[in-house]
Amino acid sequence: MSGPSTYQPTNPALQWIERRLPIIGLIHSSFVAYPTPRNLNYWWTFGGILSFMLGVQIVTGVILAMHYTPHVDMAFNSVESIVRDVNYGWLLRYLHSNGASMFFIAVYIHMLRGLYYGSYKEPREILWILGVIIYLLMMATGFMGYVLPWGQMSFWGATVITNLFSAIPYVGDSIVTLLWGGYSVGNPTLNRFFSLHYLLPFVIAGVVVLHVWALHVAGQNNPAGVEPKTEKDTVPFTPYATIKDGFGMVCFMIFYAWFVFYIPNYLGDPDNYIMANPGVTPAHIVPEWYYLPFYAILRSIPSKLGGVICMFGAILVLAFLPWLDNAKTRSSRYRPIAKQFFWMFVAVCVLLGWLGAQPAEGVYTIASRILTFCYFAYFLIVLPILSRIEKPRTVPNSIADDVLAKYGKKVASAIVALVLAGGLVAGSMQDAKAQEHGGPVPPSLSWSFAGPIGKFDRGALQRGYKVYKEVCSTCHSMNLLHFRNLADEGGPGFSTAQAQAVASDVKVQDGPNDAGDMFDRPGRLADKFPAPFPNEQAARAANGGALPPDLSLIAKARGYDRGFPQFVFDFFKQFQEKGPNYVTALLQGYVDPPPKDFALPAGSYYNTYFPGHAIKMPKPISDDQVTYDDGTPQKVDQYAKDVATFLMWTAEPHLEARKRLGLQVMVFLIIFAGLMYFTKKKVWANAH
Amino acid sequence: MTTTSSAEHTRRDFLFVATGAVAAVGTAAVIWPLISQMNPDASTIAAGAPIEVDLAPIAEGQDIKVFWRGKPIYIMNRTKKQIDEARSVPTASLPDPASDQSRVKEGHDQWLVVIGICTHLGCIPIAHEGDYDGFFCPCHGSQYDSSGRVRRGPAPLNLPVPPYAFVSDSKIKIG
Ligand code: FES
Repeated sequence: MSGPSTYQPTNPALQWIERRLPIIGLIHSSFVAYPTPRNLNYWWTFGGILSFMLGVQIVTGVILAMHYTPHVDMAFNSVESIVRDVNYGWLLRYLHSNGASMFFIAVYIHMLRGLYYGSYKEPREILWILGVIIYLLMMATGFMGYVLPWGQMSFWGATVITNLFSAIPYVGDSIVTLLWGGYSVGNPTLNRFFSLHYLLPFVIAGVVVLHVWALHVAGQNNPAGVEPKTEKDTVPFTPYATIKDGFGMVCFMIFYAWFVFYIPNYLGDPDNYIMANPGVTPAHIVPEWYYLPFYAILRSIPSKLGGVICMFGAILVLAFLPWLDNAKTRSSRYRPIAKQFFWMFVAVCVLLGWLGAQPAEGVYTIASRILTFCYFAYFLIVLPILSRIEKPRTVPNSIADDVLAKYGKKVASAIVALVLAGGLVAGSMQDAKAQEHGGPVPPSLSWSFAGPIGKFDRGALQRGYKVYKEVCSTCHSMNLLHFRNLADEGGPGFSTAQAQAVASDVKVQDGPNDAGDMFDRPGRLADKFPAPFPNEQAARAANGGALPPDLSLIAKARGYDRGFPQFVFDFFKQFQEKGPNYVTALLQGYVDPPPKDFALPAGSYYNTYFPGHAIKMPKPISDDQVTYDDGTPQKVDQYAKDVATFLMWTAEPHLEARKRLGLQVMVFLIIFAGLMYFTKKKVWANAH
Repeated sequence: MTTTSSAEHTRRDFLFVATGAVAAVGTAAVIWPLISQMNPDASTIAAGAPIEVDLAPIAEGQDIKVFWRGKPIYIMNRTKKQIDEARSVPTASLPDPASDQSRVKEGHDQWLVVIGICTHLGCIPIAHEGDYDGFFCPCHGSQYDSSGRVRRGPAPLNLPVPPYAFVSDSKIKIG
């Protein structure tokens, strides 16, 4: 992309094409012969990783759109049927939902790298601004994508974020109505968000082309921050940068696969497994982790308009960075003071992210205000002043000199710092949950399906099904489960005939027949489990005004806080069993009579583990209520554990397939990373 | 870099080939789920289970259309005249030779069950129309006789008979 190519193919057919459309020459000059500084470190591989992630998101997204229904009544269930019924649907969905987080992790590293090494300075201002535009587009795309599954967080996130625009004086409300296409977030909103969520990634891809073009005109910056002067300072992009980027990418894929296959819901919010309900706001609304610092800035300002201005200002200020920081020296390596402020700035961002997940009250608000000030001060005060007064150290004469000097080996400590910081942000969301949750934390039980090679205990699944059928199903629906699922691989292990028998025991309403009447018929394998009540009103009327929640997803829709530093270990231990722990604890958590100082509302029961303790469901099960044929003790704790196992399966029916495939992918990626590493070493041996 | 021995060359080539091969295997493995997701999903397959149809309400000379796996199935209670017409034509003279007997179930000769999708390009032929007391396809004028065999027009094949069986004299199970 930097001027006419000198490349001439030897093959006559290619020559024929090349004379008419010099595309091979373009590719050759941009990605093969293109000279790249020889001293780039691994932080530079994140550009390639980002292109890779954009590709992954587009491919998985286009596929998900083939199966998704953008309608308020169907969106939630269509996402679930992708996960449950479409071949490899669970894989594609988890790749896409976790892919968004990976994309943001990579972009934050990429941006901080640019900040540290001064990659925005002359002549790369436009390159940097294009990057800021891409980042803004990513935020918009990510936000609209999060709305599509139409869970509680989707809906309330959409409500809160669109309401930001109502802060604009005079026209704010009209703009919000325009965004919604109605008087509240509803079907038109969902439809347009779907359309735009499909469109924007291609806009991003377009701006990425400009970004790469600008990069190839100005040339890459490098850790020394000096421009290449001679041939000795650069190596051709292929094979040197290609193989290095490739190795970086494979390492990143291992990290990505860890999330997808082992902790796919680690970064998600349990509330988003509850279908959107315009009548009930979740107790604590938290945006996705990648917006948290800006969310904290928004909330720290005590004025609505001021908060919105500061939030957008926090992003827009990045675009002015090339003119705020005038220092001649690019790389912070040679700027002893700027370097320290850089790390302070990183800490400020991480802490802001953490505060974004805390309740907006008391000490948190004060801390957010101080840190918001620090955030802006870094750009508006520190950098402009530093560029005047700081005395940089001597910069190497050339890149070749820099390579010989073998500068700095602090990469490892930086990685550790970043991982810890990331963990802090992720965990802070869970901290926030704790605040409102109160009460004791459900004990962690050992589950056969936990860990990298976990499998369901068939006996427990079958017993759990029995408990569900004889006890839970009298009040709770199970809308996402079909009779055929009982015979699915990785499930309770019914034969097709057994599942058929279960189905035909049940009366299912069908029709209308030729006379126009609805009629009952025996269930078929393809039927859903019928709900105990015909509609929500009937369910409420029969249950003292409370709606017994659907149980299909309950094991993923409930969570609790694990606290710091537990959640950091959870990442490594692949802890994903909050839901089953909670269900088991809840079923055993009834205390009668309630503690003396607790005022129990009429028609409620005291439960230790229920948020707020007053639950409408009476103690549902007692010892010996359900008969076990296999000699398992008929005790409440056993019942609770079995039914929790069953509910984990209904929430995640492909859990076994996921972990099995995960192991294969991990082994493959580790072998591949090893090969890439040695290949990279061999290739680079010539360059040193 | 000094001189490279040929042994090292071989080792290096092997490394490159191995890495390339593993990358190729990985790419192929990634493509598999991306294609496989286009196949019918589990709910579609489950919904394609056999269906039972009650024949009692269909009077002689009438027909009904039911849907199985999204395809229209014609079930026709043929008159004596229709059966005779279908059986009197010499099989060998037909574009897609098949006897009427081979297209119905023995002992239930009056019942014709065919998939009502024109074998030309997939339109739905209209029953009881055309010159052969059978079906007429409005799209490009193919004509089928009272046994669902193509007699005229661009359609190459007879209307296919779906898998079905009589559960009782007045009930069939399709699929
Ligand atoms: S589709 Fe029936 S004749 Fe062409």
